[in-house]
Amino acid sequence: MAYAWAQAYEPKSPLMKWVDQRLPLPRLVYGTVGGGYPVPRNLSHMYNWGALSGFALIVQIITGIVLAFHYVPSSEGAFDSVERIMRDVNQGWLLRYLHMNGASFFFMVVYLHTFRGLYYGSYKAPREIVWMLGLVILLLMMATGFMGYVLPWGQMSFWGAKVITGLFSAIPLIGPTLQEWLLGGFAPDQAALNRFFGLHYLLPFIIFGVLILHVWALHIPGSSNPTGVEVKGPEDTLPFHPYYTAKDGFALGVFLLVFFAVVSFLPNYFGHVDNYIPANPLSTPSHIVPEWYFWPFYAILRAFTVDFILPAKLWGVLGMFAAIILLFFLPWLDSSPVRSGAYRPLFKMFFWILIADIALLGFVGGLPAEEPYVMLSQLATAYYFAHFLIILPLIPKFEKPLPLPSSISEAVLKGTTSKAAPAGIAAPGTPGVVHA
Amino acid sequence: MFVRIGAFFVGLAFVGVTLFSLITGVIAYVTTPAEENVAETFHLHPRTFDVSSNGPFGTFDRRQLQRGFQVYKEVCAGCHSLNYVAFRDLAALGYDEAEVKAIASQWQIEVPDINPDTGEPSTRKPTPADRFPSPYANEVAARSANNNALPPDLSLIVEAREDGSDYIYSLLTGYRNPATFRNEKGQTLPADLRPGNGLHFNPYFHNLNIAMPPPITADGQVTYADGTKSTVDQMAKDVSAFLIWTAEPKLENRHRTGWAAMIFLSIATLLGYLAYRNVWRDQKAKPVAYTGTMKPENREKRDEASREAGLNT
Repeated sequence: MAYAWAQAYEPKSPLMKWVDQRLPLPRLVYGTVGGGYPVPRNLSHMYNWGALSGFALIVQIITGIVLAFHYVPSSEGAFDSVERIMRDVNQGWLLRYLHMNGASFFFMVVYLHTFRGLYYGSYKAPREIVWMLGLVILLLMMATGFMGYVLPWGQMSFWGAKVITGLFSAIPLIGPTLQEWLLGGFAPDQAALNRFFGLHYLLPFIIFGVLILHVWALHIPGSSNPTGVEVKGPEDTLPFHPYYTAKDGFALGVFLLVFFAVVSFLPNYFGHVDNYIPANPLSTPSHIVPEWYFWPFYAILRAFTVDFILPAKLWGVLGMFAAIILLFFLPWLDSSPVRSGAYRPLFKMFFWILIADIALLGFVGGLPAEEPYVMLSQLATAYYFAHFLIILPLIPKFEKPLPLPSSISEAVLKGTTSKAAPAGIAAPGTPGVVHA
Repeated sequence: MFVRIGAFFVGLAFVGVTLFSLITGVIAYVTTPAEENVAETFHLHPRTFDVSSNGPFGTFDRRQLQRGFQVYKEVCAGCHSLNYVAFRDLAALGYDEAEVKAIASQWQIEVPDINPDTGEPSTRKPTPADRFPSPYANEVAARSANNNALPPDLSLIVEAREDGSDYIYSLLTGYRNPATFRNEKGQTLPADLRPGNGLHFNPYFHNLNIAMPPPITADGQVTYADGTKSTVDQMAKDVSAFLIWTAEPKLENRHRTGWAAMIFLSIATLLGYLAYRNVWRDQKAKPVAYTGTMKPENREKRDEASREAGLNT
């Protein structure tokens, strides 16, 4: 691995030695998530979201594969097959609720993982590719999530598919043709459902592939940390195993508790009642909304209401896609040499405004397109773009960062060193030592 | 640098267009008088009712489900299908095999079949393996029999409506006389909101006028097999409880699994936490305070005393 003090793998058992010489898989595991990967010693619980995201992906893949054994991708049979899973398949209700809520939890942990990266400047050199691969995963997740929501072929599935594929019709000249080509018809039907099912099954494995690249790219410079100060030597790091496997293990327990509480006691909380009505192309729901994880983007889409050179609809589509695409440029938009938001007073203030702004976008995105919600979405959309494209590049010109610690270990030990005990750290249970 | 300059102009464009949209929106909002939605003021939010399946410990009350099934059978089944429920599923309500068989074979509607001799379409008596047969052959037949309204399938109705069973209960008991109904402000129903031909006023229904005639009209409409007094309110509650079951027959399994998972995961998480603290015990930086012989001044005193005593320290 990247650091000079990273441990090389030395197989202990003859079997592992035999395997390692022929296929160095044990070596790979050891160096990636084992004792051979040195990690900054000061990672907070905000650094658990990445591992939890990987776990959520695996939950989705496993439950999804089993659901696919029972699901029928046909506009006549899809809704019925989902109900068959709920009623007649052994533990089918559990599989479906896990998968359907798993999508929400996957997005939740991925968004928190992304916010952590935004706050601690994890996107900055030398981790730009880690950040960009993460965004590729997010885009693939959005496509997968959208297509997965279509599969039960309920009212919201059908009308959501119609609205979202309708976005492509806003593209000048080729738009309507492109939409028909994507759907395989004039409206979502058998052809669309079949290809959505095929892609919904395929994309998670592509996500898994990009995830491998994401982790690989991360292991070149190593993990970032809350101080943003790079690792200087072995005293700054701890081996991933057992320190961070134990920490992630505890976080996983908490995650599963919340996940199972929702699955068992509020399984339809994140869903929409209309999706328990079979799709009906002749009856439009009074209020078409996507899943909650698209609400901020849906709000941006609907915020553009005037034709200004381009039609309003096209502005909305451009705005919605730009809202994600601009994040790819973040490493170059933010030119501050200080990585962590903890040492950037001005950045920190705008960061929290941004979080509130995205929460507001999410709130109005789930509501009907009525006043005053549309005005709120316009205000919030304006700030979203202003934040990333105008404010963020200007912050370094006006900001005086706080003094950085000279190293991670200094930051960890700050205020704990006593003259009498230069080590500053005493093991619990040492006689005469009281831990305050 | 070029990225930042480019971004600035792209940012200006998006911010400009949204703010332009905002200004036109504000102007329109300020200049157009607020339209009061009159229908909204007559709409009532569903009343809640207690049912044993509510809450994380909820289980079905089998006797209530049987009563609810009886209401469905005698009142609702004439118009409403129950497509996702099979007669065999009734075993979960506490009926034994013979009873399920009897319910299936005595059902008022037969299931479509093909005459084995002639190949002509025919019907036969349902068996426990059959789903509840639809009262109408198809949507057109259903609409033509119901003044062009389509009675929805009831299997998932609790999941498919906001407020679920509360809504069903409120709707069933919510028919009011449009001539005397007053909203919170004491206004009577304006003429354009009065029910049209073949419609019935019900303030719990989203547009106030529903095609379904009041289904449960009088106490004693159903004679309960278990002797429970069949008031209108009781029948509405029972059939709502039954429809919770039809929407999610595995509800009890879900609650049970949930508690097993909660207990297992709480222990696992606690162990995970202890393991985490144990692994990190040497690495967590903690402010330390020394007491007793380890206290710096006591140590100095001890060293001094040792020196005075001529001991080698």
